Amino acid sequence: MGSKNLLVALAGQPNCGKSTVFNMLTGARQHVANYPGVTVEKKAGTFSFDDIRVELVDLPGTYSLTSYSMEERVARDFLLGDDPGVVVDVADASNLKRNLYLTLQLMEMEVPIILNLNMMDVAERRGQKIDVAKLEDCLGIPVVPTKAKKGEGGKALKARIIDSVATSRKSAFKIDYGVLEPYISELEGPLAEDPVLCVQYPVRWFAIKLLEGDAGAVELLERTHSEADRVVVLAESCRERIQEETGSAAERHIAFARHGECARITREAVILPTEKRRSLSDRADKYVCSRIFGPIILIGILLLLYEVSIVFGNWLALQAWPVWGSLERFAADVLPQAGFMSDPLLRSLGLWVVKSTTAILNYLPIFFLLFGLIAVLEDSGYMPRMAFILDRLFRRFGLHGQSTLPMILGGVYVGGCAIPGVMATKAIPDERARLATIMIIPMMNCLAKVPLYLILIGAYFADTGGIALFFIATVTLFMALPVAKLLSLTVLRKRPSAPFIMEMPPYHIPTISGVLRRAFERVWLFLKKIVTVVAAVAVVVYVLINYPGLTANREAHYQQMQDTAVTAFMKDVQKTGLKGELTANEVLPIILFGESLKHAKIGVKDKDKAAAINLEFKVKNPVYYSVVKRVGKDGKKLNKSLKKVIKVRKKIRREARAERFETSFLGTMGRALEPVTQWAGFNWRINIALLSAFAAKENSAATLGSIYGIDGSEKSVQESMKAGETGFTPLHALALMLFMALYPPCVPTSIMVRHQSNSTKWMLFSIVYQTLLGLFVASLVFTGGRLLGLTGFQTMWTFYGLCVATTLGMAMIPTPEEKETVSTTTVKPCKENCS
Amino acid sequence: MTLNELEPGTRCVMKDLTADGALGQRLMDLGFFPGVEIEIVRNAPLIDPVVLHLDGYHVSIRHNEAKVIEVES
Repeated sequence: MGSKNLLVALAGQPNCGKSTVFNMLTGARQHVANYPGVTVEKKAGTFSFDDIRVELVDLPGTYSLTSYSMEERVARDFLLGDDPGVVVDVADASNLKRNLYLTLQLMEMEVPIILNLNMMDVAERRGQKIDVAKLEDCLGIPVVPTKAKKGEGGKALKARIIDSVATSRKSAFKIDYGVLEPYISELEGPLAEDPVLCVQYPVRWFAIKLLEGDAGAVELLERTHSEADRVVVLAESCRERIQEETGSAAERHIAFARHGECARITREAVILPTEKRRSLSDRADKYVCSRIFGPIILIGILLLLYEVSIVFGNWLALQAWPVWGSLERFAADVLPQAGFMSDPLLRSLGLWVVKSTTAILNYLPIFFLLFGLIAVLEDSGYMPRMAFILDRLFRRFGLHGQSTLPMILGGVYVGGCAIPGVMATKAIPDERARLATIMIIPMMNCLAKVPLYLILIGAYFADTGGIALFFIATVTLFMALPVAKLLSLTVLRKRPSAPFIMEMPPYHIPTISGVLRRAFERVWLFLKKIVTVVAAVAVVVYVLINYPGLTANREAHYQQMQDTAVTAFMKDVQKTGLKGELTANEVLPIILFGESLKHAKIGVKDKDKAAAINLEFKVKNPVYYSVVKRVGKDGKKLNKSLKKVIKVRKKIRREARAERFETSFLGTMGRALEPVTQWAGFNWRINIALLSAFAAKENSAATLGSIYGIDGSEKSVQESMKAGETGFTPLHALALMLFMALYPPCVPTSIMVRHQSNSTKWMLFSIVYQTLLGLFVASLVFTGGRLLGLTGFQTMWTFYGLCVATTLGMAMIPTPEEKETVSTTTVKPCKENCS
Repeated sequence: MTLNELEPGTRCVMKDLTADGALGQRLMDLGFFPGVEIEIVRNAPLIDPVVLHLDGYHVSIRHNEAKVIEVES
């Protein structure tokens, strides 16, 4: 194994094939995490070469190294703070001029650099000739061409990385900033005076950054320089004098000088083709981004995404269920045995936690497909086009073109999941729009909300089922958009907003390995982040719905029911030949014996196998077996009376559970909330169901089931709910559906919100505001509909009209940016706004 | 004149940039500097934003942002 370690950073602009180079170098040995304190992903991997173990860190793709974006700050902090031995700067060879802009900035930071000219194949295809030796000569750094997509050049690149450690030479290359040079020297003076700073940081770079007015550099200065104030004042004065002398800002001079240098180097080292051809991507964009085909193609792609991930994914999840089911059965086998009336704590808690976890693991196939498809969209280059087409629409509501995908994933129509939706907001560069998107994703119709919708529609809107489903599926968008606008005008107003400016990279055909890798990576991240917390939260919820438990009085009541049933069974035993072989203590073991026999045969279709299992159980206990399998006259007789006991046991367990539930902390809460929720038409039973849904929304249906005393299929819940709630009208159901639509994010989603917004405050905000909004809307619909004397169906469409009108009204209100530009630019009708 | 006044299909040469801060910096990072040749490729289906072609690559920006780019055709 390698005896030496080397830290190497991989830098580069977006769309230069950096991750392909990263994969080519490290293979499968990589892991993903976040940089501490921010939501920027940190990818690291290792490889060994010539006995040296190299730790490769993939820096976020950035066009530049200012401190305007989180990614750039992260990249810069890593270069300055973690002191990598070598920085590999990956550049798109077919776009060398622009890519050099970053290279020159990296060189200014005086880190040892290797320039990796990637995508040489694309450059060749476009007829560009790059003189590598000339480029090395101009820049004074090693230049290594690669074609990472084809896997070419990896070895040479590794060799140069190792080499560069031994021959660590400093490049003499310097950009001439012309009129700014005297000012740079002026600032370099006091910077070099500080004994620590001048060793830790490149002085010239620091001076240039201060002249640029870079906020990050000023912060760094204040942290490190002993006389920071004096230097800051000097830098300010330099900036003012530059403005006076040249008539424009220093940062502009600096950027323009860098660009000029890039252009000069490119002119020397690259021969461009004389004839300019339209690229294939450009020709494709003619259709993909056109006014007519653009939206059609977009809708087609989104429908396909929905079909594959949700419809096919659901089917796949169903196929995968036996895996989770067997996990549950395994837990049931390992945990202490069940009791007659109730189970030991360890068993019931253990099963609860396992069930809560498998409920979320059940979605794994869907997530995998979703993440895979997102990777396809990202790698193909379609993502920016999607943002391009929809930006104008979404911007009106304070969102961003790139809010499209998260909203689709969250379930803009029916069926989605807020977790990947919130995860996908990472791509939105505009902080304000990103937070607004995160805040409305939980309002989409995720898969778990659907069972409750179906129960309510089945029970109360049976004759207009299709229309009612359409209502709830589409009204959510008309609630979410105005809310997004409202949030961005109020609480999010102060959050930084970024310009849209987005590169439209050429289309690529995604590679299968790349897509699979990304899908696995994200599923793994999801598992790590979510599943552990879900298990922990399950314990809390368990306590809330099971404690303080039954009173001694009720306990005795159920005990008596049990005793009566067991006594009756024993009476029957006395009448058979098994008299004396079975005692009252064996009633429970017989029941459990029967159950485990049933479990053992789940999924067994082969007759011989089934017979073998039967035999195994027969050998284990012939007496029990005869009762359970109705062997002989005695067996048949006893089986009948055993069934009666089982029935009583089920009844006791069901009723006791419902009672425990109603008297639990959560039940008490449900009753306490009744005065508030009565305006929305919710009684305490509904409140309990809604409260339990916070852990996971599918609970609402299950809880209603257990409250109304039925466990089993959805149909029976509908019927029993109708029977159990005699005063319930379609209006009640409508209010309940709308509340569910606006229900606060479930626990896993809340965790994801915290993770993506990087703040507990926003997580709590999203929970609280959605609860209040849901209550408000449900109360408005219920109380309003009742006062106006409308039926549920009439109220439904009145509310729909109201939402659409609000959406249109909200679209009219100018966004903060529009206000800014209106005030700064002269009033001039511009032709692009007349649509 | 400014970039947003031009119709798709036309070409121009950039003269100056009238924004500073994040917008100005981002534009400069993506290759907007005086002398660069810009082609207005097409508007989005909803008119805004617009795709530009410069120096061999495509960038889309909003019309609002195009206002800060001074050009000459």
